[in-house]
Amino acid sequence: MSLADLWFIAVAVLWTGFFILEGFDFGVGMLHGVVGRDDAGRRMAVSSIGPLWDGNEVWLVVAGAAMFAAFPGWYATMFSSLYLALVLVLAALIVRGMSFEYRDKDKHPRWRRTWSTLLTVGSVVAPFLLGVGLGDLLHGLPIGADQEFAGTFADLLPPYSLFVGLTFVLLCALHGATFLALKTTADVRERATRLTRRLAPVTALAVLVYITWSHVISGKGFFPNVIEIAAVLAVLAAAWLAGDGKEGWAFTATTFAMATSVLVIFTNLYPRVMVSTMGAANDLTLANTASGSYALKVMTVVLVVMLPVVILYQAWTYHVFRQRVTAADVTDD
Amino acid sequence: MSNVDLARIQFAMTSIYHFIFVPITIGLGFLTAILQTVWHRTGRDEYLRATKFFGVLLVINVAVGVVTGLVQEFQFGMDWSAYSRMVGDVFGAPLAMEGLAAFFLESTFLGLWIFGWGKLSPRIHLAAIWLVALGAAGSAAFIMAANSWMQHPVGYEINPTTGRPQLNDIWAVMTNPVFLWGYAHVLLAATATGCALMLAVSAWHLRRKSHPEVFAPTAKLSLIILAPTMIFAMFVGSELGVVEAKYQPMKIAAAEAQWETCQPCSFSIIQIGGGKQDQTPTKIIEVPHVLSLLATNHWNGQVVGLNEINAQYQQQYGPGDYVPNVFIQYWAMRVMAYTAVVTFLLSLWGLWVMRRKHLETARRFLAFAAWAAVLPVLMNTAGWLLTENGRQPWIVQGLMLTQNGVSPSISATTVAISLTVFFLLYNALTVVWLVLMLRYARKAPPPTVPADDVPAPEPTFSR
Ligand code: HDD
Ligand code: HEM
Ligand code: HEM
Repeated sequence: MSLADLWFIAVAVLWTGFFILEGFDFGVGMLHGVVGRDDAGRRMAVSSIGPLWDGNEVWLVVAGAAMFAAFPGWYATMFSSLYLALVLVLAALIVRGMSFEYRDKDKHPRWRRTWSTLLTVGSVVAPFLLGVGLGDLLHGLPIGADQEFAGTFADLLPPYSLFVGLTFVLLCALHGATFLALKTTADVRERATRLTRRLAPVTALAVLVYITWSHVISGKGFFPNVIEIAAVLAVLAAAWLAGDGKEGWAFTATTFAMATSVLVIFTNLYPRVMVSTMGAANDLTLANTASGSYALKVMTVVLVVMLPVVILYQAWTYHVFRQRVTAADVTDD
Repeated sequence: MSNVDLARIQFAMTSIYHFIFVPITIGLGFLTAILQTVWHRTGRDEYLRATKFFGVLLVINVAVGVVTGLVQEFQFGMDWSAYSRMVGDVFGAPLAMEGLAAFFLESTFLGLWIFGWGKLSPRIHLAAIWLVALGAAGSAAFIMAANSWMQHPVGYEINPTTGRPQLNDIWAVMTNPVFLWGYAHVLLAATATGCALMLAVSAWHLRRKSHPEVFAPTAKLSLIILAPTMIFAMFVGSELGVVEAKYQPMKIAAAEAQWETCQPCSFSIIQIGGGKQDQTPTKIIEVPHVLSLLATNHWNGQVVGLNEINAQYQQQYGPGDYVPNVFIQYWAMRVMAYTAVVTFLLSLWGLWVMRRKHLETARRFLAFAAWAAVLPVLMNTAGWLLTENGRQPWIVQGLMLTQNGVSPSISATTVAISLTVFFLLYNALTVVWLVLMLRYARKAPPPTVPADDVPAPEPTFSR
């Protein structure tokens, strides 16, 4: 395995980590108004991710930075092609991040309603467009021989990519609902459990279509790969466990479903990193976008030392905040 | 306007906003950690109250710092794809390290700190706030290393097939003299920013006789740190000027609007004209030898003029105009330096009042000090204008011109749309930030807290 391969895996892992972790944040953001009928309920839902969301979002920052450092050509082409979509993603992430910290800073109902709305909208828009962006990598965009995007905004939105966006919204919603069922109490928890049951079959169906479509579009032969099979199994398990009401296991299953669904894109891409619709010769690949071996070596050392440490202390954070949020936790002081 | 102009405006705007919040986070992070440490050591209640009070301001501020930082990270690829493609091999590494080593640390432990009261042991909770502060200071380190490489590229070779710079010595990048001095300067600037903010808030309360038991100690703490920090910041700043004069002579010559070579060179306190069209400025007050001293550390040092450097660059890099906007350079330098002097004098005044033991009743000082928080914002913004505008027309000094770094596939209209979106969004969030900062700065500090009664935990994985 070359260093470029290793970094392709690292990028895939970072995106996967981002979607697993921020995925349920997105879900909680989307659903907090549904599971929380009153302000206390909404606060309980949001509190379940209060200490965690910022650390989760850094996975996106690091995924972007890792692409920049390891595959400058990929980072440059992807981010400039998706320009307007990313402007919206950033706007969504900005209003979302501010909602978490600012929503409870004032008691006025209009203030709270405004931030709640922004949180909901931001939490739907961001995973949708990021999903569309990931879909575009595999579907292909008009990329010229100079590796530059040669299309328009409409080229970013082929049906396949839109469907990937939709699938990721559903996955995040389901993942968030299982998380809420696991982390909250009383009627919020009940409503989250009910939502989980309703979302699970729809999401499972969407994921099945998404995997089939991805497999077809990738042009990698008839047989599905291991990741695709695992994704199917995971999402079916999630649907089944959600119906069964086993919260911990359901959350484990949605975690796997999310992870494998992200990896489906990356495994089908390899060894390409971005497909061109203007001929396979223009495809971006590991070989024609990677940094030199010295830079990759330096970063490998940093990654190997730092990532385990990061995972360790983030896991410890989850351990510290493992208790369910109760009504007593969210009283206004 | 071309897409280059718009992309530059967008980058400048978003960076300037980001750097309003960042130094507050770094400075206030350390100060909050100090307050909590004092509480931890002495058990004195007012320090716990001060910790919680300033902790809220810190959290309000971090929220905006984080979301504006996100935009920075994406912007390189969005607006400057040619630049990213060209230099990612070298420039990307510090950015990736920043995320892995600093952002994760800061954001994870901030969550632990905010929500960890009563959940973590006091010692671990104290460690959390120190890790937040370290993470914030660490992220500044890596981003400064990246930025310094753009000012003075080191540790790379040009790949003969692609023509792009490739990293070949990470140690050289991390020991770049521009980086070492620049990072020291930024850390001091951030400390000064945090102190000025704490001083302003404390002064505001003291002036209204509100909770002197909390705010007199914080006013003192901030003053005691602020004064020496300002001395060091000014010292390191002038040393940075000498370093820059070596690697980017154009930057420093432009900061003095020095069109012709001089030796010894005088420093003009104020001048009229001297921009591009008018090369014979009217220096209103001149101080002999000071420019020589600032730029070279020697009383009679020579400062090469803009015209001569420009001619030299034209020979070296081909025809073109290599002089940055002299007006911005000249005034950025002065706003920073003069504001620095004002801030330093204010801190001396405060120390003097403090020594005479009447800080709490020194109404005139408190009235001025309540505005102290504005000063570092001016200095920081001016400092960055000096740094970044002085690098123009290069995006990477000597390697790539700014106009060649912009994304070729992005039209001016597209950038205009995103500029509009970010302009509206940033102003809105800055207003919200300001409203909340002011409101929480004026609140009473939290009352003495009874022992935390933690509700019985209900484990999640049981059913
Ligand atoms: C509280 C903030 C503060 C204070 C008191 C000063 N500065 Fe500063 N200065 C900054 C805040 C700052 C900054 C915002 O942090 C900059 C921008 C980039 C950098 O490295 O630091 C900066 C940059 C900067 C640069 C450009 C560095 C470059 O191009 O890389 C020079 C030459 C100076 N400063 C010089 C000074 C001098 C001579 C000062 C004394 C009067 C001074 N600074 C006080
Ligand atoms: C947060 C502090 C910073 C501020 C306030 C700041 C400010 C500015 C300003 C004012 C410009 C426009 C210059 C001009 O057009 O004349 C600019 C440009 C730029 N800066 Fe910075 N900058 C900051 C940090 C950085 C860092 C850390 C980097 C790189 C790691 C960077 C990279 C750039 C780039 C790529 C441009 C665009 C090209 C150009 O116009 O020079 N900046 N910045
Ligand atoms: C122009 C280049 C820059 C980029 C790409 C950038 C990137 C970012 C990102 C992505 C974040 C959010 C991290 C999170 O989610 O926790 C952030 C926050 C931060 N940045 Fe920047 N940044 C830039 C300039 C700077 C400069 C010049 C400094 C300091 C000298 C700095 C210091 C910080 C700090 C301390 C934070 C923590 C958040 C806060 O509390 O304000 N950044 N930055």
